[in-house]
Amino acid sequence: MLDRSLAAIRGTGHRVVNGVWRLGFASRFFLAVLLHSGISFRRFQLTIKEIYFSGVLSLIIILVSGLFVGMVLGLQGYETLQKYGSESALGTLVALSLVRELGPVLAALLFASRAGSAITAEIGLMKATEQITAMEMMAVDPIARVIAPRFWAGVISMPLLAAMFSAIGVFGGYLVGVVMIGVDEGQFWSQMQSAVDFRLDVMNGVIKSCVFGVAVTAIALFEGYDAPPTAEGVSHATTRTVVTSSLAVLALDFLLTAFMFRGI
Amino acid sequence: MPTENLVEIRDLNFTYDVRPVLQGINMDIPRGKVVAIMGLSGCGKTTLLRLIGGQLKPSQGTVKVTGQTISALDQQQLYRMRRRMGMLFQFGALFTDMSVFDNVAFQMREHTDLPEALIRDLVLLKLEAVGLRGAHDLMPTSLSGGMARRVALARAIALDPMLMMYDEPFAGLDTISLGVIGNLIRHLNDALGATSIVVTHDVQESMKIVDYIYFMSGGKVIAQGSPDEIRALDSGFVHQFVHGEIDGPMPFHYPGASYAADLALEPAHA
Repeated sequence: MLDRSLAAIRGTGHRVVNGVWRLGFASRFFLAVLLHSGISFRRFQLTIKEIYFSGVLSLIIILVSGLFVGMVLGLQGYETLQKYGSESALGTLVALSLVRELGPVLAALLFASRAGSAITAEIGLMKATEQITAMEMMAVDPIARVIAPRFWAGVISMPLLAAMFSAIGVFGGYLVGVVMIGVDEGQFWSQMQSAVDFRLDVMNGVIKSCVFGVAVTAIALFEGYDAPPTAEGVSHATTRTVVTSSLAVLALDFLLTAFMFRGI
Repeated sequence: MPTENLVEIRDLNFTYDVRPVLQGINMDIPRGKVVAIMGLSGCGKTTLLRLIGGQLKPSQGTVKVTGQTISALDQQQLYRMRRRMGMLFQFGALFTDMSVFDNVAFQMREHTDLPEALIRDLVLLKLEAVGLRGAHDLMPTSLSGGMARRVALARAIALDPMLMMYDEPFAGLDTISLGVIGNLIRHLNDALGATSIVVTHDVQESMKIVDYIYFMSGGKVIAQGSPDEIRALDSGFVHQFVHGEIDGPMPFHYPGASYAADLALEPAHA
């Protein structure tokens, strides 16, 4: 009995120590990425290549999802607004929902599953096949050469993807609301224009998507770099990337929204 | 061995967690020679290479390369030292997102300001040395194991290193590739005026090309000498290893409970 309790206490202690150690390692890793970022800008073509892989190749899924989300917003928004005779506010509803929340958050969730998981798997496999070690043995710092360009590519891509998600979403709302249902086109656009504030709504959305870009890409890179060099290790790391970064995006969204729109 | 030593290892101990991997290793690697480190899998050979390359730090003792203690170097000094080292990994460790050409050109582009036209010529020279000039635009995934190893070799010698380290260069190769890699190790060493350390458990192939052999077992050096001296040993573990005898000082069976006890034919002893 005593043995079992001791083992349980020891196990808990072990897990806590491991957790704290990993958090410390992640912080040091993040700091190292920032400190070794020079090469990502001096040799910008390295970052551009990664922007292509994580940003450009995510475009299809972002655009298609954005269109459908906008169309659903158009339908649901119209159904609710018409009860109060406010169909003319449909443009405002669609635009604000997308620019403030759905654009940054959904684009970040999609980015985490499409690009984040790919980054983790790639880095994990590079480690498992000794490519990272080989680079170190060739006196090339893998943090500067492999990790940092991917990090900045993610940070640059994320706000652009979120902006495109919102833009195509507004178009989806227009298609359903104006073209299909017949809401007045002039009211749709003019109400949107007067209600959406550039600094308060658009810029806050951009800031959100930048923060999400940092979080998702940093988590994906760290999980790949920290993955045990086995098939099982890489697969677990990929799963952890999607789960952790999705939760991080949602939690950060709450915090940012609280600060931005409630002024806590 | 009267020649000056490029690598000197003194009283080297390395412990992984609490398990001792290397214990009291002393080795000298003379300039210009090809030296083999042999032993069974898991005897600490690869760990030794990683200690020489500065990827691990010794628990005790020193590794000196050109008179400099590797574990005392900071990252910048270590990287400067590594530019003069080449390492061939067991499975090549080629960058899978780059072509054969870009793999070989990698270090030249990272460490030099050479114009692209000159890099092209140098890469083709290196690939010619390993017989794969014609394969320069292939991707690593379309190469056979032996070809990948040769490309990795061309990449490792890209900056004409003074010290080449080979981690199991013969593992998993067919007989033709074995001979090709063996010859390349010897010829490149002599042509580049380099010094080579070959970690291997392939006795027959390495005996043909090396100048000196260290035998390791259980994290210790248990024998050393030229290939002829090693071949002449007529008893003990080294004899069993060199001649591939199934039973001897190194038992065939992993230690465990008695066979009868495992099959429940007799009660197990506490």
